[in-house]
Amino acid sequence: MITYLEAIRAAQAKALRDDPRVYIYGQDVGAFGGAFKATKNLASEFPGRVLDSPLSEDAIIGSAIGAALAGMRPIVEMQFADFSTVGFNQIVNHAATLFWRTGHSCPVTIRLPSGGTAGAGPFHSQSLEALYAHYPGLVVLTPATVEDAYAMLLEAVAIDDPVIFCEHKYLYYHLKAAELPSEAMPVGKARVARHGRDATIVSYSAMLHEALAAAEELATEGWEVEVVDLRSVKPLDTDTVLASVARTGRLLAVGESFPWGGVTSEVLARVAAEGFDLLDAPPRRLNARDTPVPYHPNLWGTHRPTAVTIAGEARSLLNF
Amino acid sequence: MPVPLEASANPPTNAPLMDRFRTGYRWMLLARMTEEKIASLYRTGKIVGGVFLGKGQEALSTAVGMSLRKGDYLAPLIRDQAARMAFGEPLLDTLRTYMGVRSGPMRGRDGNIHRGRPSEGVLAMISHLGAMVPALAGVLMAHRFQGIQNTIGATCIGDGGTSTGAFHEGLNLAAVERLPMVVVVANNQYAYSTPNTRQFVCNDLVDKALGYGIDGHSADGTCLQSCLEVLQLAADRARSGHGPQLVVASLLRLTGHGEHDDGSYIDPLLRKTPVGRDCLKLAEEKLLANSWATPAEIALWHSETQQQIEDSVAVTLREPLPDPAHEDWCALSNRHLAEG
Repeated sequence: MITYLEAIRAAQAKALRDDPRVYIYGQDVGAFGGAFKATKNLASEFPGRVLDSPLSEDAIIGSAIGAALAGMRPIVEMQFADFSTVGFNQIVNHAATLFWRTGHSCPVTIRLPSGGTAGAGPFHSQSLEALYAHYPGLVVLTPATVEDAYAMLLEAVAIDDPVIFCEHKYLYYHLKAAELPSEAMPVGKARVARHGRDATIVSYSAMLHEALAAAEELATEGWEVEVVDLRSVKPLDTDTVLASVARTGRLLAVGESFPWGGVTSEVLARVAAEGFDLLDAPPRRLNARDTPVPYHPNLWGTHRPTAVTIAGEARSLLNF
Repeated sequence: MPVPLEASANPPTNAPLMDRFRTGYRWMLLARMTEEKIASLYRTGKIVGGVFLGKGQEALSTAVGMSLRKGDYLAPLIRDQAARMAFGEPLLDTLRTYMGVRSGPMRGRDGNIHRGRPSEGVLAMISHLGAMVPALAGVLMAHRFQGIQNTIGATCIGDGGTSTGAFHEGLNLAAVERLPMVVVVANNQYAYSTPNTRQFVCNDLVDKALGYGIDGHSADGTCLQSCLEVLQLAADRARSGHGPQLVVASLLRLTGHGEHDDGSYIDPLLRKTPVGRDCLKLAEEKLLANSWATPAEIALWHSETQQQIEDSVAVTLREPLPDPAHEDWCALSNRHLAEG
């Protein structure tokens, strides 16, 4: 069995093996193998191509931009997604604007270990996909499966534009697959993860698994809930979402990030604008609470959506 | 006939000072006169956005451009008209970008000093100061990965920019990686309106080099000879494996922050100190005093430069402006991933 984390490591090894333009740069990614071991043994397997950086998020990303302009394909690791805000300027104002401004593409892959785990607290738990998706010029990926973590990371490196790769820390060790995929759906296509006819739950990343568990629970009550995995939040595959809502007539969008704006809002706005006549009930959204992510598991467990709260929200939707 | 002014024809670094000084003066002159024309176009409404000029900084900026060779990289900042030209950026790139015409490198999508041609070694600056320091470091890391040897990079910043986190992070990273990078600080005494007394308290910005474990050099930013000599030393040391080089040049911005700003906050007493001298005037005096050029020669350089600028402006004014109906509104090079 291979874990989500091992898939990320394997994808990086393959990228390094297949493409001499690839190098990895970030804090503790070298001999230590990364805070989560996503680059374990890569420094010794690929000497001189997996480098420890100073504690300098701006310079890590800024240097990757320069290297990409000079023909490289950098993969940079932000030790936690939360810390990418220190490099935010380089991401949104520099990497994201280069192709539009100069016609020169900027192929950097920025890995963001994202999302909450018990005890991680306000600064090691955030999900920032909405922040980056807001900016033109970026591709934002949110893999929810071992297969996607592997295939989409390889595709991220191959894409000529800057890619924000939101890998979920909660899935690192829990999620397992029998083998790595030999082929995968392309970036930009959502996937129906569970078929149903009564309602559509749209989700991504770790929340997909909470949504699937909620669907399982609702099935015991006789509801057939369809679950859509967005896979990438930018581009956002509106067609697949609309097609699902056309089948079910009901929509619940679930995300782990903060409630103001964001991916769930975008999904609802698009369905309301383009598929209003498909809806049999007001669409709903469920997100984390509007506070910083709490430290203690008792608080954290109710801060973000869970299978229980998703099922409760879905019941309200189904009974409308 | 004078030698045509082409970056590819810059005298080699081991050429006699007179030759390099003469060429440097002509780049300074071209930059100054180009910017005077840009200011005039701005005042007549031909340029819509901001205009940020390098008056008083041409000696330093020219020396930066002339210290580089083909294959090197330049990450200029807002007062580097001279460095750009001396490194090979065509005059038309400047005018086309300021006018926003479709034929320019930025095609009306970005303007003025944000222009660049990354594939030709000129990075396109963003407005956030310090950001280009790590970017240039990345270019030089790429060259190391690719086995490209003997190339260096130079980037410019002001006194205010040295206070940013990006400047610190970038310079420290370059020092750790021992990259062949020259970071040039034009200490022009003001960051927009903020005087140095509100910017830093170290005695001299060049002292920062010690903290980064790199070489530091001071130059008289009003003196072309000093700038040429110091930049050449810094470039040579970077090229020969001595790691990043910090150059700090003292001078005074002889204009506002931009053309919208009259610079009334600049202490008039500063203008009377050595730092407030006009580097172009000093260079001209030196040419004549050393008999490195005749008055007639200098007059000819002026008239030829003026003609070159007028011809290029005439070309640019006839070129088509961007058209929103025909604009390609796509921010990704992978079109199929764009949301549109």
